[in-house]
Amino acid sequence: MNHIALKMLMGDKGKYMGIVMGLTFASLIMTQQPAIFIGLMSRSYSFITDVGLSDIWVMDPKVQFVDDIKPLQDTELYRVRGISGVEWAMPMYKGLLKARLFDGRFQTCNVVGLDDATLIGGPPVMLEGKIDDLRRSDGVIVDIDGARDKLGKPSSAPGGKPIPLKVGDSLELNDRRAIVVGIAKITRTFQSQPVIYTTYSRATSYAPRERKLLSFVLVKAKKGQDLNELTRRISETTGLAAYTQAEFMTLTYEYFMDNTGIPINFGISVLLGFIVGAAIAGQTFYSFTLENLRQFGVLKAMGTGNWTLLRMILLQAVLVGSIGYGLGVGLTAIFGFAMRNTILAFKFPWQLLMFSGAGVSLICVFAALISIFKVIRLEPAIVFKG
Amino acid sequence: MNLAVRCQNVVKVYDTGEQKVTALNGINLDIAMGELMMLVGPSGCGKTTLISVIAGILDQDDGRCEVLGENLIDMRSKDKLDFRARNVGFVFQAFNLLPSLNAAENVSIPLIINGVKRAEAEHKAIDVLEHVGLGERWQSLPSQLSGGQQQRVAIARALVHSPRLIVCDEPTSALDHETGHNVMTLLKDIALHKDRTLVIVTHDARIFGFADRIAEMDDGHIIKVKGAK
Ligand SMILES: Nc1ncnc2c1ncn2[C@@H]1O[C@H](COP(=O)(O)OP(=O)(O)OP(=O)(O)O)[C@@H](O)[C@H]1O
Ligand SMILES: [Mg+2]
Repeated sequence: MNHIALKMLMGDKGKYMGIVMGLTFASLIMTQQPAIFIGLMSRSYSFITDVGLSDIWVMDPKVQFVDDIKPLQDTELYRVRGISGVEWAMPMYKGLLKARLFDGRFQTCNVVGLDDATLIGGPPVMLEGKIDDLRRSDGVIVDIDGARDKLGKPSSAPGGKPIPLKVGDSLELNDRRAIVVGIAKITRTFQSQPVIYTTYSRATSYAPRERKLLSFVLVKAKKGQDLNELTRRISETTGLAAYTQAEFMTLTYEYFMDNTGIPINFGISVLLGFIVGAAIAGQTFYSFTLENLRQFGVLKAMGTGNWTLLRMILLQAVLVGSIGYGLGVGLTAIFGFAMRNTILAFKFPWQLLMFSGAGVSLICVFAALISIFKVIRLEPAIVFKG
Repeated sequence: MNLAVRCQNVVKVYDTGEQKVTALNGINLDIAMGELMMLVGPSGCGKTTLISVIAGILDQDDGRCEVLGENLIDMRSKDKLDFRARNVGFVFQAFNLLPSLNAAENVSIPLIINGVKRAEAEHKAIDVLEHVGLGERWQSLPSQLSGGQQQRVAIARALVHSPRLIVCDEPTSALDHETGHNVMTLLKDIALHKDRTLVIVTHDARIFGFADRIAEMDDGHIIKVKGAK
């Protein structure tokens, strides 16, 4: 009977395409919107993932998210270094400073200071120059988006694109000279300011004089050291907060979830997409079964049992569901690929693939179930009705 | 007389919630094996309801209906499905072919329901299509066939699994006189033999001549059964 089910489904090309397109569209909006949402939310913690190397972040206990800087005393670094299970601990400065551009304009920049000796926590991808070039006097590394846009020199033609900041150009941070020695690519964050990397000591010399300047201590655990145990030990010993990278990402991410309108606004559009997709897909499949009710009635009259009919409908649902899902996810992937170099946030993790797959399956099974219900209750005697 | 169908005091009431319609009001009717029985009568008198009960696709509310020696109402629904699959062939006014299956595939359905393998079933289907004069057209979709041809495919479908009972509801009403006549000739010549009974519901007085006997119904009763010739 399976081949009959498939022929029923594909016999009418127009209707078949209609159902598949409905499900494709449903899968598309069920994956594309959440992908943008996840992409956007992952920007909240992309600074943390960019830093990479360290296992644990140590900070003031009152810090709520990665951009919420509450400086520590420099001595905390040595206390952390003294804790057993710590392979190494490095200082990091992170703060907003005003840069004076060569034409006299001011621009707020996100300045990141890395440990002078090891330069741990530097940008993930260097486009020009090397991280080691930071050792040169007054050296800074600028992110490519900042260099092209906010730090660029105004175009000679009015309204034209700014001329990008290049290696060798200079700017002033807090009246001190900084020379660009490299251009880096970093993962976009929620902050729109240009990012400037330099050494810890130089960053703290750019920063206004304060008693406390240390933003984070980055910690690498010894091999075999349980991370949760180490974070507990660090916070017990120092009274500071210590998070694993994943915990800090969650903290940051949850801060944005709880304190910005993004989740609710986006959540609604994701939910709406899901509902609209479900409605379209369910409706097209259900109306397909309704239109075929008479055919099912004929099969029933001729002695086909409910289980067989159920199997036929499920087969039809699974088939259109998989094709529609494949096409929808494919379209989403193409969309994401086309947008890869734009400002648009887009992230397509396998969890989302599972989520939308489950969503589409749910819709198909649901549509199939109400269809099956209809077919099971079908009186075979309808076959004689005109 | 070897009986194919024996109805005794069969009652069927449709209850739509607002209204109760007594479609069959104590039907008594015997149909012999090998007989072509026609059911005639005014619209709404219960003809379709009666053959639905006889074919085992509708349960009566009261009375007995024995078909091929089985009391249908006592059967479990699974056994009833099997009973229909093995013993009953259907011909409808509106043909009811599956539009996306070709003639051979349509005809093979009863065999497939009975568990025959697809290739074998389609092979047999083409054989039977030859018998109804459509051997060449086995690949055609219903939409590519005329009404008369579609009804012939439907007859082939009703015959393919050699059922002992064939029920037809207005098999000629959708066809012109000549085509209808041909369809009846086919039914009488090919479908009917000593081990098979045909029950045909019709309005069409021009085909009454094909019947062995005619049962006249009115208002849920059989009012008269007469030999046609
Ligand atoms: N499913 C149903 N629900 C409610 N009433 C029904 C149903 N089917 C038939 N009836 C009623 O039962 C009566 C008998 O109907 P049936 O279809 O058996 O008549 P018929 O003799 O076949 O008529 P026709 O010649 O018009 O086909 C009619 O009054 C009809 O309205
Ligand atoms: Mg009728």
